[in-house]
Order: sequence, then structure tokens, then C-alpha cells
Amino acid sequence: MKALVALEDGTIFEGESFTGAGEASGEIVFNTGMTGYQEILTDPSYKGQIVTMTYPLIGNYGINQEDMESARIQPEAFLVKEYNAIPSNYRSTMTLAAFLQQYGVLGVEGIDTRALTRHIRKAGAMKGVVSTKTLDPQQLVKMAQESEGLVGRDLVREVTCQQPYGWSELGPRNSEGFATASAGTYKVVAMDYGLKYNQLRILAEKGCAVQVVPADAGPDSILALEPDGIFLSNGPGDPAGVAGVVETVRELLGKKPIFGICLGHQILGLAYGGTTYKLKFGHRGSNQPVKDLQTGRIEITSQNHGFCVDLESLDADDVELTHVNLNDGSLEGMKHRKFPAFSVQYHPENAPGPHDSLYLFDRFIEMMK
Amino acid sequence: MPKRTDIKKILIIGSGPIIISQACEFDYSGTQAIKALKEEGYEVVLINSNPATIMTDPELADKTYIEPITPEMVAKVIEKERPDALLPTLGGQTGLNTAIGVAEMGILEKYGVELLAADIKVIRKAEGREEFRAAMKKIGLKVPESAIVHTVKDALAAVEQIGFPIIVRPSFTLGGTGGGVAYNMQELEALCTAGIDLSLNNEVMLERSLLGWKEFELEVMRDKNDNVVIVCPIENMDAMGVHTGDSITVAPAQTLTDREYQQMRNASIAIMREIGVETGGSNVQFAVNPVDGELMVIEMNPRVSRSSALASKATGFPIAKIAAKLAIGYTLDEIPNDITRETYASFEPTIDYCVVKIPRWTFEKFPEAEDVLTTAMKSVGETMAIGRTFKEAFQKGIRSLEIGRMGFGNDGKDSLASMDEADLEKKLVTPNSQRIFCLYEALRRGRSVEDLHGLTYIDPWYLNNLRQLVETEAAIVEAGFQGLTRDFLRRIKQQGFSDFQIAHLTGTTEDDIRELRLELGQVPVYKLVDTCAAEFEAYTPYYYSTYEMEDESRISSTKKVMILGGGPNRIGQGIEFDYCCVHASFALKEMGIESIMVNSNPETVSTDYDTSDKLYFEPLTREDVLNIIEREKPDGVIVQFGGQTPLNLAVPLAEARVPIVGTSPDSIDRAEDRKRFQQFLQKLNLKQPANGTARTMEEALAIAERVGYPVVVRPSYVLGGRAMRIVYNDKGIREFMASAIIVSSEHPVLVDKFLKDAVEIDVDAISDGEVTIIGGIMEHIEEAGIHSGDSACVLPPHSLSPEMIEEIKEASKAMAQELNVIGLMNVQFAVKDNELYVLEVNPRASRTIPFVSKATGVPLAKLATKVMMGMKLADLGLTKEIEVSHWAVKEAVFPFDRFANVDTLLSPEMKSTGEVMGLDSSVGIAFAKSQLAAGQKLPDKGNVLISVRNADKPAVLPLAQRLLNLGFSILATSGTAAYLTEHNVECTMVNKISQGRPHLLDKVQDNQIQWIINTSLGSRTTEDSYSIRRSALDYHLPYTTTTSGALSMVRALETLRQKEIQVKAIQEYF
Repeated sequence: MKALVALEDGTIFEGESFTGAGEASGEIVFNTGMTGYQEILTDPSYKGQIVTMTYPLIGNYGINQEDMESARIQPEAFLVKEYNAIPSNYRSTMTLAAFLQQYGVLGVEGIDTRALTRHIRKAGAMKGVVSTKTLDPQQLVKMAQESEGLVGRDLVREVTCQQPYGWSELGPRNSEGFATASAGTYKVVAMDYGLKYNQLRILAEKGCAVQVVPADAGPDSILALEPDGIFLSNGPGDPAGVAGVVETVRELLGKKPIFGICLGHQILGLAYGGTTYKLKFGHRGSNQPVKDLQTGRIEITSQNHGFCVDLESLDADDVELTHVNLNDGSLEGMKHRKFPAFSVQYHPENAPGPHDSLYLFDRFIEMMK
Repeated sequence: MPKRTDIKKILIIGSGPIIISQACEFDYSGTQAIKALKEEGYEVVLINSNPATIMTDPELADKTYIEPITPEMVAKVIEKERPDALLPTLGGQTGLNTAIGVAEMGILEKYGVELLAADIKVIRKAEGREEFRAAMKKIGLKVPESAIVHTVKDALAAVEQIGFPIIVRPSFTLGGTGGGVAYNMQELEALCTAGIDLSLNNEVMLERSLLGWKEFELEVMRDKNDNVVIVCPIENMDAMGVHTGDSITVAPAQTLTDREYQQMRNASIAIMREIGVETGGSNVQFAVNPVDGELMVIEMNPRVSRSSALASKATGFPIAKIAAKLAIGYTLDEIPNDITRETYASFEPTIDYCVVKIPRWTFEKFPEAEDVLTTAMKSVGETMAIGRTFKEAFQKGIRSLEIGRMGFGNDGKDSLASMDEADLEKKLVTPNSQRIFCLYEALRRGRSVEDLHGLTYIDPWYLNNLRQLVETEAAIVEAGFQGLTRDFLRRIKQQGFSDFQIAHLTGTTEDDIRELRLELGQVPVYKLVDTCAAEFEAYTPYYYSTYEMEDESRISSTKKVMILGGGPNRIGQGIEFDYCCVHASFALKEMGIESIMVNSNPETVSTDYDTSDKLYFEPLTREDVLNIIEREKPDGVIVQFGGQTPLNLAVPLAEARVPIVGTSPDSIDRAEDRKRFQQFLQKLNLKQPANGTARTMEEALAIAERVGYPVVVRPSYVLGGRAMRIVYNDKGIREFMASAIIVSSEHPVLVDKFLKDAVEIDVDAISDGEVTIIGGIMEHIEEAGIHSGDSACVLPPHSLSPEMIEEIKEASKAMAQELNVIGLMNVQFAVKDNELYVLEVNPRASRTIPFVSKATGVPLAKLATKVMMGMKLADLGLTKEIEVSHWAVKEAVFPFDRFANVDTLLSPEMKSTGEVMGLDSSVGIAFAKSQLAAGQKLPDKGNVLISVRNADKPAVLPLAQRLLNLGFSILATSGTAAYLTEHNVECTMVNKISQGRPHLLDKVQDNQIQWIINTSLGSRTTEDSYSIRRSALDYHLPYTTTTSGALSMVRALETLRQKEIQVKAIQEYF
């Protein structure tokens, strides 16, 4: 089935749907990872976005039970060069097409994804529409222009959990308390801005009892749980658009050790009094080099963000730069000089991506000791 | 951290001649490393015996020793040069082993030379079986269990630990035969009983068989601060059991989830740290059980490798260059990425295309060898193709192989349609060089993917992709020419189908499809290899073609010339031609002309992205080349440097009005076409051996009758003496004409009178259309009848009279003049009874150009390029022949030990894979060096076994006497012994094998023979004669199969008694 992709600047790409009819709009972004499409598709940070993979052959190893990063597919649509319909992997339980269809998400193949990526790199991230229904390019471009963008929008509300829950190695457990399969040594409250399960898996593995709370949980209810530490998760969209969370985090600062990842890091930045800005086309992939300024070591990191904390906006007396991106020099990690709080822009929980940054979870544990 | 300033002079060891498993990739890595070190201001000393390398160009390293790569020679270089450090990880296994040898001699300690990148402990830990296993266990990684046993009882006990299936490998067997896989106790007992018996030291190695497991490789880089990056994961399409060098491999890995890939990545990093490779690149190989994902470590190479060259070309990340910079103290985050300019080497390349590498085998050269692929590598070269899909890259890869195939089937070649099902299955079960075509046939017959997976263990993902190609083929047939709509044609092209295949399937011609394609606007676009999947702007113009929306090629309007490379290495066409192409590129750069390289061989310097101004990594077929030409519109195309591959394109390209620069395609044809060549020689009053051209057996017999036996027979239009034979009678002619290659060839057969006992001469000349200068005259050591590529030769000639040399020069010049050669020309002459015969003229770069250039210090290929661009030799300062006052000896290197049951006799069919050069002021020492460099030991005392055919007996007489004078004793087989005794040469008779024990094999085993001289009529006149030669090979004894070769060796041994071997850099010669 023929499908068209229209960008707000009028650029059109042609492809074929491999999941049947559909239509979706969102910000078009590219991910440069060569593996991990299942984790990417279930990463809530992609809410509101149409994801294209730069690696051309997708679907090769199917979909399995273990590599879910949330309970469902998150992006609005998925664009690839060639969909491989017959997967081969011992863990595979279903095809990618069936998975997308299960969640009603449009998958399109046959796109010159390299041209699309180059276009976004040069022109910047932009809104787009992909459709099998509307095949009039001009109309589609107009739809793209009129679609809702990411800036200022609160997407966290759409992906955060409705009820608090505990985490066991087996997956989410509905509970009000710290329900882990094996009771942990440290009690951690995880603020769910759109978290990835691997963050919880790692915390549990490292001996934490984790309680996940919705993004709008207030400081009092969090502190009432008497946690040893607070974890701020990743999440979609513009940090400046998320209502109330900055205030909550500001309240918590200095009271408990805090560790933030991605959106959690940006919210910390805002709570410190800084500002955030939108990157031209973001960092999304599994090969971003980051230097830990404390050890001088380079780690290859997994990343997925379109916004960034502005280093200049932070008070150097309060906040210390700890990690820097070696490709573009952007801020990748910081810690507060006075309060026990640190954060990184990238994804130490990987999934997908290298495991080089797991030590950050140990730093968090150290902080809670 | 800045680079190290405590070291100033660094020694690099090259990898020597091209052999199976060590090819041009080490010239590529060595060249990169030398450039990188020089760029940083270090003084670089190089030792490499291979003159056909770019790395041994005199302007590259500060001091270049073209000397044998042995610990003793390296020690001499160290003693003379006193380097501060030795970088051992760039010269392949040869470089690494030699470095260990030098270290063990205590030389490094004595002269205070530091080993960079990896010290001896690290190398031993990675290379030593037991050390490596222990290290892996320490970090919790699994390795296949194994054991060495000497009795069947021990074997049966060992299997308890190891488990079935189990590989049984007898150690040290004659011809490397024996062994197999046992699935149960009975089979194990049988195999071990036979194996222990077969093994010369009654030893059998047992190992857990990972048959059917998937195989992966990761290329890893580490810097001194312990930062580690993975350059590329590579997946082998062939399952475990086939050497990775013989496997079709794909980058990146296709069938791993991120979780599995990261597990492998973590393991690689852990291995790097545990083994302790301080800096640089390593290669780690894994096996994965497809059923449950169990991971095993197979091996790691603590050095740059063939795979790292492939990974470099596949990603654009120059591993060897970065490895060199890491070795001198830089860290990954300090080394800029040339391609993006704004980023650094501290990242992991990500690619947005699929890369397929396909090995190139030459089983046709060794008909006695079984075409079976095992854990010992047999391919001599490889080709790499890039596409946006696996299907596209795979089909491009097949048509890059230079085996006449235009893709995955559908080219009207070698159909297997009549093969019966059982044979087909057998060919699928046992890996072999034709297996992909058997797979094609099986898919065409409708065999299921499950079924084929069961037979081949190839992952279903690949099989499904191949099945789709067969489905598309059916769709093309159904659509027919009329059904080739724009969209359909585009879809076909996106799957890599060539115009030729589409034409074949639609009953049209390649030109019909081409026209239609152009009419429908379906032309390829060119995309960049940029290390980063377009995340950053790329500045390096390294392109591949595909059928997509956006074209990224940046077409300049300056003057530009395209160079067509030589494709994959094979016997007859190797690194020598790549050397010439690279020099063409350098020459164009010097002239300010844009150079555009087209090639498909990932091992080479020519496909390094900074060799030429632009690189197109593409198959060298008419369609693919014309597509690039139409896009680039070059002012000229150079076809005379890349060997036969581009030469075959000369006429089709000229017909398409492509401007071929240099000697005209018509002149090339005049030299290649028999009739025209004859007329040409007659016109110049030059002689050639009596000959004729035959299309039928009757014609061939008639010609042989007319010119008289023996005759040389061969198909026309081949390189490397393919299928060339000397025949002595009618029976020989009949056999030859009936052989498959002749029957299937559309070209006629050439029959020449064989000039017995003639001396062969090779001449390389350069001409600007007005003036011709002789670049070098080489006299072959082996007599005529042995392929020039396999013959050792001496420059300048050592036995010709000045008058004859003059005659050769004049004849060469006359021919160059008459052919209006612009560029290079090679002539092969034979001198018999003081008469000069012309055997062959090739108005193009020859295999000997690098040798001549290194021997004389004149860069012929570079000068030829300039001449082709219109310059005159006089402008280039080349006005007269170069006289050298030293001797250069070229010796060939053979792959016989790779193939069980293959004879080592030399013949008109070329069999060597590479060459070395010995350089000295004495011809004897130069020859000795060439032998040492080729891996021959030089006998200094003991017994020499002589067993020669009757015709050679007179010649061997003085030779035997000289050996006695040197203090050797002579052993001889009955006939030879009788002859020697009769002529009063003292010798001891030994039994041939057929004459009962103790026979000469017993003597070999007892270490009582130090050199074997054995000549024989044709191939395998007697099994005895074969066993003699084969035992020499298997026991690594020096052996010589011609009397002329033996004579040169004796002369060398005599010289060595008076003079010690010294080393001298080529920069000191000129």
C-alpha cells in the first residue's frame, strides 16, 4: 500500500506501508542505532514523534518478550528503508509488522531514509505527517504544518503511570508500597516521566526496592514514602512544557539523593534555575561519545533527546559540569555542588546501546549509603 | 595527552609476500601506519620483502629494507638503525611472529627497543592456546573444550569433558589429510584409530564441534587510557566450520538483537582488557548457538587483520591509521575523524547500508585439490560490495568476483539445472566454493528455507533474502520486457539485479535494458560512506551506488581521470596491479588532475579513501562502470594498470565512446589477436615460435603436427596461464581440447611450438609515443615452459651476451613504436641457441612493474601515467636506460601447503600467490635473500637428495660435484645414483618408496635430508616423485624442482661461504 511522508517544509518521501492503512503526525526524528528497534519503539520518550531508523534493514530479529521498555509502542509511526518480514532469532515471538499492527502504529518501508536523515540534519527536526489515506502531497504538507509540535507541549502526562506501582524483576507490580520480588536494601522512588523498564531492572538488580510514582506526585507524598533516594526518569517532549514537576523537584532538592536521566536531568536543570533549549535535530542513537570529566574516561552512550540544558544558564557556584559530549561539546552530565543530586542527559540504562555507563547507578547507590 | 617524545625512530615489520591469509590488507594497514607516524614527525624504518607493496615505496618510510622478514634479518636492521621502538601489530601474523622471534633472541633488550602496542606477554596470552583459554575462563567467558590425546582410550575419556559432536584432527599428517567430525562413540573410535595412525607423532587433537553455530567478529580499538570502542560487528553468513576468510561475511551483524550484540560487545571489551592489548586494534571472534544464544569465544588477534581492513573499508574508520596514532600515545578523543572533520575517533561507527564480502577462490588452479571449505583458509582474495539492502550488496558482490557471473544466477552461466538432487544436497551440506550457486539452484527448484537451513546451517534470514531474489526472478520472467514498468524496474534494481540478468530473463540484450532504464530515468544514485549514518556532514568522497531518491556525489568541473582497478586478488592478478593503480592516482595528484578510483577489493591501498580524490567502491562491470562514467564524465579512463579486469572492459567502453587514455584499445587488440600479432611481428622481422590457432581438435592436431611436439597449448584471452599446458603428443592435445574450460570457451585455442631449454626474458618498457625507454630486462631462472609469474628472475640479466641484450632492447623499442604504445609495455622473449623469439607482447602494466621499479628506483607506473596524460619522457627526466650496479632477484611464493594432495611442480599455469625480492651487490646473495624471503631455509650442511629425470641428469652432474665441494653429502634415487656413480660423483643410493623400507620418506622423517632436488616430466609421472616433493613441503624442507633453480641455489650457497648477508636500505641504493 502506497504511503507518503510530508514534512512541514514541503519535502515529500514515498514509501509503502507494511502494516496496512493509517495516518499519523508528529515530529520526525532519526535514530542511528544499528540494533534495538524494539527498545526504541517502546521508549516513551518517542511519544509524539515519528521515528526513522538510519539502519536500512529492520525487522530482522523480530520482536520478543524481554526487550520491552514500556508496556506499549510509543512513537506515532515508524519509517524504514526495508522491512524484513521473516525474522530470525531464537527469542523472536512475533514479527515487527504484527507488533506495530497490535498497537495500530503505521510502519512504512521503501523510504530513502538516508535522504530523510540528511534533510533533517541540514534543515533541523520538523513536523511531519505520514499517511496511506491522504496521498495528495500538498494536502499532506498542509496537515504537517498544522499539526501540533513538541515545543511547550506536556507529553509526560500522556505517558506517565496513572497509579503508583512497585517493580519486581518480573515486571511491574501494582502496589502502594515498595513491592519488589526480592526486597531491596535501598528504597528508591522513581518519578515516571515516561520511564524505560531497564532503569527499574537495573535499580532492582543493584539492590533497590523501587516504587514508581506518577509524574504529578507531590513532594509530600514522595517524602512520605521515606525513600533513600529519588530517581527522575526520562520522558518525552519539551521539559519546559511539563506542568508542576520542576517545582516538585526543587522541593526535594537537598532532602534526598537525586539521580536524573534525560528528561529527569533537564527537569533538574530547570529546578537548579537553568534553562533548556531545543537542539537542531537532537541526539538519537547508540554511539555518542561522552567524557566523564571526573575520571577522564570515555563512554559510548545511548541517547535520545531533542532538548538540552543550557550550561551558561546555570550558576557555576551551584552546579558542576561532570560529563560532556565529545562530538558537539554539549552538556551531558552535571551535579549539584551543595545538594546530593546528579544527572546525565544520556541513557546509562542503555536498552538499546552500550553498557559503558552502568557505573552511574553505582554512584547513585553510593550516594544513598 | 600529547604524543610521546621519548621515542624518535620506529621500526615496522611488514607481512612479506602475498600468501593465502595474508594479502594486500597488510600493505594497506602498513601504508596507513607509516603515513600516520611520519605525519607525527617520527622517523620510520620498514622491513618488508615484498616489492609489490606501496609501503616499500622509497618515499614512504625514511629507511626501507626490502629484505627477508626473519628474526635474524630484523636483528641486523635493528643493529644498524637502532630504532627506539618496534611496532609489531601491523604486519599480520608474520610481523607478530617475527617480532616474538627477535624478542626471544634478546635483541630488543640488547638495543633497548621498546615493543609498542602489545608486549610479548600480551602476544603470548592471545596466541597461546592454553594461556588464552585460561584468560577467558578467568573473565567468565566460554571457549570450546578441547584436548590433545595420543591413544584411543584417552580420546574416549576426553569426550566426557568435551561432548559431541567432536572434531578429530590428527596433528602433523602428510598433506594435511585425515580427521573429521564424530557424533558418537563408534565414530570417535574409528576416527581416532585412523587419525593416530596417520599422525606422524601419533597425536590427535579433539575439540567440541560448534558445527552450525553462527559466527561473529568484532573489531575493537583500545587506547592507553583504557577507552575502548567497537568499530564494527561482522556476521558470517556461513556457519562455524568454514574459516572466516572463506566465509561470506556481512557488516553490520544482521540477526542479533541489541541485547545479544551488547553481550558480545561487553565480552570483547573484557577480553581486550584481560589480554592486556595496550593500544590499537584487535579482532575477536565469537560463536553463537542459534538455538539458545549461548556465546563462545573462538579467538582473538591482538593486531590489525584482514577483518580489520574489511571493517575499515566497510565503515570508513581507518583502523590501522588510528592504531598507529594510539601506539605513540594519543588517545581516541584526540584523533580527529577525517571523514566528518568535526568529530573524533572516540565513537563507534554506525552505518546505513549493508556490506557483503565474498571470498575469491582459485580451485581451478589446483584440480587435484578437493573443492571443500574447512577451518583452513583457501581463498586468495575477496571482494566487497555495498548496497542499501543485503540483496543489492550480495548481487553486486557476486558480479565483483570476476568469475564471469553477473549476479545470483540468471546470467546464462554454468547452469546447475541438470544436477541431480542428491548431488546438489551433497554440495549444500559440505561447504565449497560453488555453494552459493547450489543454493540458488535449490531455491529455484523450490526447496524451502527450513530445508536449506537444515542442510547448510546458513541462518534463515539470509536464506529468506536469497529466496526473495529467486521470487523476483520469477516475477521478471512473468512480466517480460513489456512488463518492465518504471516502478517494477526500480524495485528490481533495488534488489541488485544487473541489466545483464534482466536481459537474460526477458530474452533481450543488456543494451535493451540499459536503454529502457535510461528512458525511464532509472539511474543509480551515489551515496557516501561516512562512519555516522549522515548524522554529520562527510567530507571524504567515498561512494557506492544504489537505486534511491537522493544522489550525494559532488561532481567537479576540473580535469579528471578515472582509474579502473583490478578487482579481487586471484592467482595471476594480485597486488602488483593495485600498486600500479595507486601510482597512477599519485601521478594524477602530482599533476593536479582529479583522480577517481573504481575498485571492489577491500584489501587494497587503492580503496583507501585518501588514496584518490574520489573513490567509487563498485563492481568492475560494464554496467557499473558506465553508470559512474555517465555521472562523472571523466576526461579519460585508464584501463592499462589494473590487469586483465579493466582490460576486458577496454573494448566495450571504447564502443560506448568512453575516452580511454594511453595506448589505444586497437593496439591492445593487435597484440592480443593472434593473426594480427603475427602480421605485426612479420612486419618488424621478429621471430616467434611456430604456432597456430585452433578452433577444433582436428585443427589443433594439425598444427601440432606441423610445428612438432612438444607444444604449448592455451586458451586465448586469459591471464596467469590459466589452463596452459605443455603437451608432448596427440593424446595430450586430445585431453586438453576435451577439458571443460576449452569446451565452454568461446575463444580459440593457441598452439605454440615449445622452445625446450630456452631462457626466458621479461622486458618492461615505457613509451611516450615517440621515445621508448627500457625499464628493466629480467632473465628467468627457471627455463621456458614455466609461467613467468612463477619463475624466479634476475635483473639485470646474468647470462646473456651484451649483443643479445642489445637485440632485446631494439626489438622491444621497435614493437613499442609500431604499436604506438603510450604508457607501459611488457614483452616476453625466449632465447634459444642464441636466437631471439617473441613469446608475448602486452601493451599495459605487467606483474613485474613494481619489481622493476623497486630494483631500479624508477617509478615506472607513475611516469607512465604522466606520459598518458601527454607529458614526454624527456620532460620527466627519463632519457636513457637505467644501469644498475646491484642485483635484484624476484622469487615467487606458492600456496601448495594449503591444499592437500597438490603437487608442487611448476608448469605453464601460474600458481604463485605472491613474490619477494632479494637485493644485493652479489647475485648469489641476492638469490639467497630471495629464497630466505620466500620462506625457504638455506641448507648449510648435511645431505642433499637428488632425484631427477633423465634429461636433467647431465645438468645435475656439475651441480652435485659443487655440492660435494661445499661439504654436503649426496643421496640419490636409483637412476640418478647410477648416473652420478658412473660419472664418478660420490653418492649414496636411497630407496624410492616403491622400493621398500627404509626409503627416502624414512630419511626425511629422521631429519637426514636437508635439501631435495627433484625434477619430473609433466605432472605426477610417478607417485614416488610426487611423494618426494610433497614430503619436502610438509616437512618444510628446502626443495627445488628445476635444475636451473638448483644451480642458482648452489651458487648462492657458494657465495654465502665467502660473504655474510648484510642488509641495506633501498634509499642507499639510488
